[in-house]
Amino acid sequence: MDRNGSDNTEPSQVQEGIDDFTGHDLKTASPLSTYQAHCRAGRLAYQVTADGRAVFHPRVAAPGSGEPLSWRISAGLGLVYSTTVVHPREGAPYNVALIDLDEGFRMMSRVEGIAPAAVAIGLRVQVRMVDEEDGIARPVFVAAEAP
Amino acid sequence: MTLESGSIAIVGAAESELGQVAPGTTPTDLTAQGVVRALADCGLTLAEVDGLFAANTQQRFATMVLAEYLGIVPRYQDNTQIGGSSFMSHIAHAMAAIAQGLCEVAVIAYGSTQRSVSRAAASPREVHPYETPYNPFLPASAYALAAARHMYQYGTTREQLAEVAVAARQWALMNPQAWEKKPLSIAEVLGARMVSDPLTVRDCCLVTDGGGALVLTSAARARTLRKKPVYVLGVGETLSHAVISGMPDLTVTGAARSGPLAFAMAGLTPADVDVAMVYDAFTINTILFLEDLGFCAKGEGGAFVSGGGIAPGGRLPVNTNGGGLSYCHPGMYGLLLLIEAVRQVRGECGARQVPGCEVALAHGNGGVLSSQATVLLGSSPG
Repeated sequence: MDRNGSDNTEPSQVQEGIDDFTGHDLKTASPLSTYQAHCRAGRLAYQVTADGRAVFHPRVAAPGSGEPLSWRISAGLGLVYSTTVVHPREGAPYNVALIDLDEGFRMMSRVEGIAPAAVAIGLRVQVRMVDEEDGIARPVFVAAEAP
Repeated sequence: MTLESGSIAIVGAAESELGQVAPGTTPTDLTAQGVVRALADCGLTLAEVDGLFAANTQQRFATMVLAEYLGIVPRYQDNTQIGGSSFMSHIAHAMAAIAQGLCEVAVIAYGSTQRSVSRAAASPREVHPYETPYNPFLPASAYALAAARHMYQYGTTREQLAEVAVAARQWALMNPQAWEKKPLSIAEVLGARMVSDPLTVRDCCLVTDGGGALVLTSAARARTLRKKPVYVLGVGETLSHAVISGMPDLTVTGAARSGPLAFAMAGLTPADVDVAMVYDAFTINTILFLEDLGFCAKGEGGAFVSGGGIAPGGRLPVNTNGGGLSYCHPGMYGLLLLIEAVRQVRGECGARQVPGCEVALAHGNGGVLSSQATVLLGSSPG
């Protein structure tokens, strides 16, 4: 994955025929299945509008215009926009965070590798793909290495 | 056409049984009880009801179920479900329907047995593939994320959040119908079990059974009925997102759109409001809505509620029934906000009555700050 954040577009990694859901029936691939396929390959995928606006979560058409969307691969770097520590009645407290990626989209995830309460708004984070118990690879975040 | 301020009035208002109901009670039992009581409040009969408005988490087809149960054959019905603000939305829609002659006597009704059957059973969680895997404890975690961001941007403190819960409790102690009966301190809120940081269980609403109903008709007909009409002066509703990761700015809610719409229609400003009933599912809500509705500037909600600012004797009477935090919160709470607003305008609130209350605001919230709807009520059609 390109961690420089300069040009994250990797057309060779975007599967043919799935970047325009408005032109294809959903029997071929869904926004979610495409996203998850990228996750399995270690890539955090998002979409952009024709004028370059980032869109997340993945969907079949651009909000506001209905136009087709194209897939892009995120550099996986961002900032914690907000954070909470969930205290379940049973089990250990855990983090839930909203991450603002550098490309201009926001997603829910969690920050691992530090205490849940140490996750602070504004913390620089980078994505890490993990295989979860249900067998699906998902993006979580860790504190970013110093540049 | 545009909706006309003061063209309809709320003529009947009643709570159903609140708190915890007997085993086997259904949501429709409570809803129907509210309808019968609200009709008795104004002297109209079931046979005269030709407009039916309802929404429920336990019944997808709320109007259908209620129509069958009470033997109503509505000329017009609306099952709009946008969470706790649905009933404010119903008021706006009833206003249009009555103005267009689609119905003449409208009933808005709700009932929930969520305490009896458990929240999980009453409001089954919908799976969202981009949020659910991270196990947010919803809805609390969504509001916690908003609170954390508000604290970060504006210096709002946990003590200020706790002020909201303490003020609600003080009002609740003046309401015989309130669930909570004991005083509450800021220290007790801060020291309570943490649910989703920074919100403790005392920053979160109650989980109760309950419901109620409103009866509405044209202003002309309202003046022929038993109680003083409570005119609908302004309405505004909006949607801003569905899930919290889709909310553009966690410190600004759709109330910043719905409020100005309602005030413009009514020709009023926040300074004209004698009592504000705002949807306090969590303590941060009250702060966000006071800001977004224009009672104070953005970021100043924490200071506004500090020092008993919204408690009895404070600068603005807010949530005089004790709120969702201390009075009753049956899953979708908006209808109970409207009922208290009606009673304040009528002067029926006893120990907690706001003297000379002529204009009341009721603001509903649904989902995770997702839907917002504002209603302004008044003693005069304007």
